[in-house]
Amino acid sequence: MITILYFARLRETLGTDREQIAPSPEVATVGQLAAWLRARGGAWESELAPEKPVRVAVNQEMASADAPLPDGAEVAFFPPVTGG
Amino acid sequence: MTVRVQQADFDFGAEIAAFRAGNPRIGAVASFLGLVRDVNDDAAVREMTLEHYPGMTEKALEDIVAEAKTRWDIYDALVIHRVGPLLPCDQIVLVAVSSAHRGEAFAACEFIMDYLKTRAPFWKKEDTPAGARWVDARETDDQAAQRWQKR
Repeated sequence: MITILYFARLRETLGTDREQIAPSPEVATVGQLAAWLRARGGAWESELAPEKPVRVAVNQEMASADAPLPDGAEVAFFPPVTGG
Repeated sequence: MTVRVQQADFDFGAEIAAFRAGNPRIGAVASFLGLVRDVNDDAAVREMTLEHYPGMTEKALEDIVAEAKTRWDIYDALVIHRVGPLLPCDQIVLVAVSSAHRGEAFAACEFIMDYLKTRAPFWKKEDTPAGARWVDARETDDQAAQRWQKR
């Protein structure tokens, strides 16, 4: 199982802040998870499109598209940060 | 090192006083105080809401302070960042750095702010006369952070 969190604009547009999923076995990296979510179509397809500036963290560390997804991982999708 | 993410306001003077209390080695404290403005990108801002990623935010801030400590000869750093609804003139963020001499404190304080702006998971949403809008990340913030990249 993987826990996925969504923040800020993504949370609002996708209409959810958290979900638990058991993706198919071929989903092994951040990039593959994003593609798996995009296959839902609609807002998922447009908001997680590769050209969108979406950032990803795995277990609360920034991660790139080729980062692996450990079992039980907490994966967060969010826009570029704007604090300070 | 002290890192706090909180909704409540903070007392700038009291925080700095406590930060340096009873430490005669400290010769310099440099600080940055970030405030809510009433205008951004040509629109009036009536209110702002700051969202964050609980857990990762604190960790990211601690990592940034730890990195500053490896780069400069500083004694300690304090980071307080507010979340939730904020109004113009409200305090958003305080960064303070103590050291023996001013140069290290100034540099480390600026570094911590530049990295916070681009690496700590906070997001601002502004309430303007045209409706609510999420603030877009600025390229100038990325450029400011890139200055500190090791070559």
